[in-house]
Amino acid sequence: MYRYDEFDQQAVDERVAQFRGQVGRRLKGELTEDQFKPLRLMNGLYLQLHAYMLRVAIPYGTLSPRQMRMLAHVARKYDKGYGHFTTRQNIQYNWPRLVDTPDILADLATVEMHGIQTSGNCIRNVTSDPFSGVAAGEVEDPRPWCEIIRQWSSFHPEFSYLPRKFKIAVTGSEHDRAAIKLHDIGIRVVRNAAGETGFEFWIGGGMGRTPIIAKKIRDFVPKADLLDYATACLRVYNELGRRDNIYKARIKILVHEMGLEKYSALVDEEFARSQGTVKLPDAEIARIQAYFAPPAYETLPATSTAFEARRFEDKGFRTFVRTNVHAHKVPGYAIVSVSLKAPGVAPGDASADQMDAVADIAERYSLDELRVTHEQNLVLPNVKLDDLYTVWKQLSAAGLGSANIGLISDIICCPGLDYCDLANARSIPIADELQQRFADLERQYAIGSLKIKMSGCINACGHHHVGHIGILGVDKHGKELYQLQLGGSGAEDASIGQITGAGFPPERIVGAVETVIETYLSLRHGDAETFLDCYRRVGLAPFKAALYEAR
Amino acid sequence: MKLVKNASAVADDWTHVADDDELPEGKAVVVSLARFRADRDKLVGRNAPLGLRLKSNEAPSSVAEDLGRIALVALEFPIFRDGRGYSHAVQLRQRFGFDGEIRAVGDVLWDQIPHMIRCGIDGFEVGDDFPLAAFEEARTVFTRHYQPDVTGQPTILELRHG
Ligand code: HEM
Ligand code: SF4
Repeated sequence: MYRYDEFDQQAVDERVAQFRGQVGRRLKGELTEDQFKPLRLMNGLYLQLHAYMLRVAIPYGTLSPRQMRMLAHVARKYDKGYGHFTTRQNIQYNWPRLVDTPDILADLATVEMHGIQTSGNCIRNVTSDPFSGVAAGEVEDPRPWCEIIRQWSSFHPEFSYLPRKFKIAVTGSEHDRAAIKLHDIGIRVVRNAAGETGFEFWIGGGMGRTPIIAKKIRDFVPKADLLDYATACLRVYNELGRRDNIYKARIKILVHEMGLEKYSALVDEEFARSQGTVKLPDAEIARIQAYFAPPAYETLPATSTAFEARRFEDKGFRTFVRTNVHAHKVPGYAIVSVSLKAPGVAPGDASADQMDAVADIAERYSLDELRVTHEQNLVLPNVKLDDLYTVWKQLSAAGLGSANIGLISDIICCPGLDYCDLANARSIPIADELQQRFADLERQYAIGSLKIKMSGCINACGHHHVGHIGILGVDKHGKELYQLQLGGSGAEDASIGQITGAGFPPERIVGAVETVIETYLSLRHGDAETFLDCYRRVGLAPFKAALYEAR
Repeated sequence: MKLVKNASAVADDWTHVADDDELPEGKAVVVSLARFRADRDKLVGRNAPLGLRLKSNEAPSSVAEDLGRIALVALEFPIFRDGRGYSHAVQLRQRFGFDGEIRAVGDVLWDQIPHMIRCGIDGFEVGDDFPLAAFEEARTVFTRHYQPDVTGQPTILELRHG
C-alpha cells in the first residue's frame, strides 16, 4: 500500500488547517452558507435532509486495518456508530456536527485519509478495480497509476472549478470491475506490442439523467504522457463544457454534442502544445510502484485439504465459498468478498464494531489489507485457503457472513428519501423488502448472477441505469412511483437499461421485480444463461408483456 | 473596489472604459473584446498602455496575434463557480508567454486566491471590505504542490528526486 511521505502529509495537514479556518469563519458568520458551500464541498461536506454529511475518500478502494479502525473511531465518536460505504469507494457519515468536522478531518489525517475532492466540481476521488493487484490475468496493478493521478489531481489549481464533477476510474484488467465506461475518463492499463505499459483512454461516460457509455478516445497513451494527456482532456472540457445548465455540464454532454472526432481533435492540438509540461519522472513511477509490490506471499500448494474438507462438511461455508470467494493470482490464496448487504441493513452500511472486526480479520488473515468496492461491499484480498473457514466464522460472528455476492440480494442502493433532499422516493426500504422477498438462498442461487441497482431520483447515485434490473424512484403528482429498467451493465459489456413502461407504486414494485424474475426463469436456456444474457437474447417484449398485460 | 497585488492594496493606474464611452486622453485603458475588435487600430495606435477585458467565454486564443500589444488582461469571473478563467490564465502564461498583468475581476472567493496565483493571475480587483489577510494566507496555506504551475516552483514529484 502507498504510504504518505512528508510532502503528502504536509499537504493534507495544511488542508485541514485551511478547513478549520473556513469552518471558524462560517461559525462566526463571516461566511454565508452560500460562500461556505463550495469550500465545504471541496472537503466532502454536504448538507443533507437532516444534517451535514461527510464523505471520506478511500482512494482507489484500498485501505489498511489501521485506517479501517479510524473509520470506526469516527463513526463512534462523531456519528451514530455506523458509516455508509458508497458506490464510489468512499465512506459517508450521515450525522456529523459542523463544529466537529475539522477534528474529524484531523483524526483522519493521522492515518493518511481525508475528504478532499469527494464532492464539488473538481476531479473526484479516483476509483479502481477492488481486485487490483490480486486478480488473475491482470495486465498490471493499476493502483500506482491511480496514486499518481490522485496526487496530480489534488488541489489542482486549474481544475478545481470545472463545469461539473469529474470522475476518473482505472482498471488493469480486461474484465471491468471498475465501471470505467461510466466515468468522465475511464482508463485501462494496457501493453503495446513492444511490451510497454500505456493507457487506453475512454471519455465522456456517466449516469445521471442522461446516461452515456464512454467512447474510446485513444488506444495507447504512453506512460510519460499520462498526466499531460489527461490535462489536455480536462483543459478542453474546462473551457468548452456547458455552464448554462447543470444537467448538461458533464463532459459526456460536451463530447456528445460536439462529437468525439471534434473533441478529440481539440484534445490532440492541446496535447501537442503542452506535452512535456507535467513531468512524471521514471524514478517517481518506480517509487510509487514499489509501495504496491506484492506482499510476502507464502509458497503454498494450489489446493488445501483442510479447506476442501470444510467445504464438504459445512453447507453454510460451501455457499459462502460459492459466491464470496474468488480466484487469486497466487496459488493457495483466495480473494474474499465481504457482503454489506445483510437483510435489514441499508446496503453499504457497516457499524463501527463491524469495521473493527474486519480490520482485525484483515490484519490476521489478509496480509494487512482491505478493499472497498463500488458495489458497496468490502474485500479481503489475500486470504490463505487454509484460513478461509476461520475467516468465514469470524465474519459470520460479526454479522458479515452473508453469502450473496453477485446475487439478487446484493443490491446497490442510494440513500434516497431517508437522507437525501433530492429524492423522489425511498430506496432503502424497497431494497430491504426485495431482500426479504428473495431471502431464500436456494432461490437466489437458482436465479443466479443478478445485479439490482436502485436510485431514489434521476441523479442515478445508485447506478440504476447499469443494473441488470434497475429501479428508479420517480414522483408522479406527489406520489412515489418506481420505474423498472432492464438489461443494463456497468462492466466491459456496458449498456444502459431499457425502461419497461409505466412505473409501479411502492406496494407493487417488489412484485414487479418478481414477475421479471419469473419471466426470466421461464425463458432461459438452461441454468447457465444469466439474466443479462437471456435479456439480451429475448429483448424487452416478453418482460413487458408479463409486467403489463396481466394488469 | 480596491486593487490588490502582492498581498497589498495598491493604486490602480488603469481605467475600465465602457464600450460606448470616450477614451480618456493618454490614460491606460481596459476595454472589452467587443470594443477592441471594433476599434482595434485606434486602440493599438494610442500612446498609452492597452488592457483587454475578457468575459469567461472569450478565450485568449481569439486575440493571440495581438497579445504583444496588450499590457493587461482582465479575466472576468461572473460567478466564483465559473472556472474558465483559470484555464485562460494558464494559457496566457504558458502558451502565449504573456508577461503583463493578469487581473481577476468579479466574484473572487478568499480560498480561490492560491489557485489563481498559481495559474498566473497577479492582480485582484476586489470589494473594499475584502480582507487582505486572504492574500497573506494564500502565500502560506500550501507549502508545496503536486502540479507544475506558472510560478515555476518544482513540483513535489520533482522535489522527491532532487
Ligand atoms: C444531498 C443529496 C445527494 C446525496 C445524498 C447523494 C448521494 C450520492 C452517493 C451516496 C453517491 C455515490 C457515492 C460517491 O459519489 O462517492 C452519489 C453519486 C452520484 N451522485 Fe449523488 N448525491 C446527492 C446529490 C446528487 C446530485 C445533486 C447529483 C446530480 C445532479 C448527483 C448525482 C450523482 C451521480 C450521477 C453519482 C454517480 C454516478 C456517476 O458517476 O455518474 N448526486 N451520490
Ligand atoms: S439518486 Fe437521487 S435520491 Fe438517491 S442519493 Fe442521489 S440525489 Fe439522492
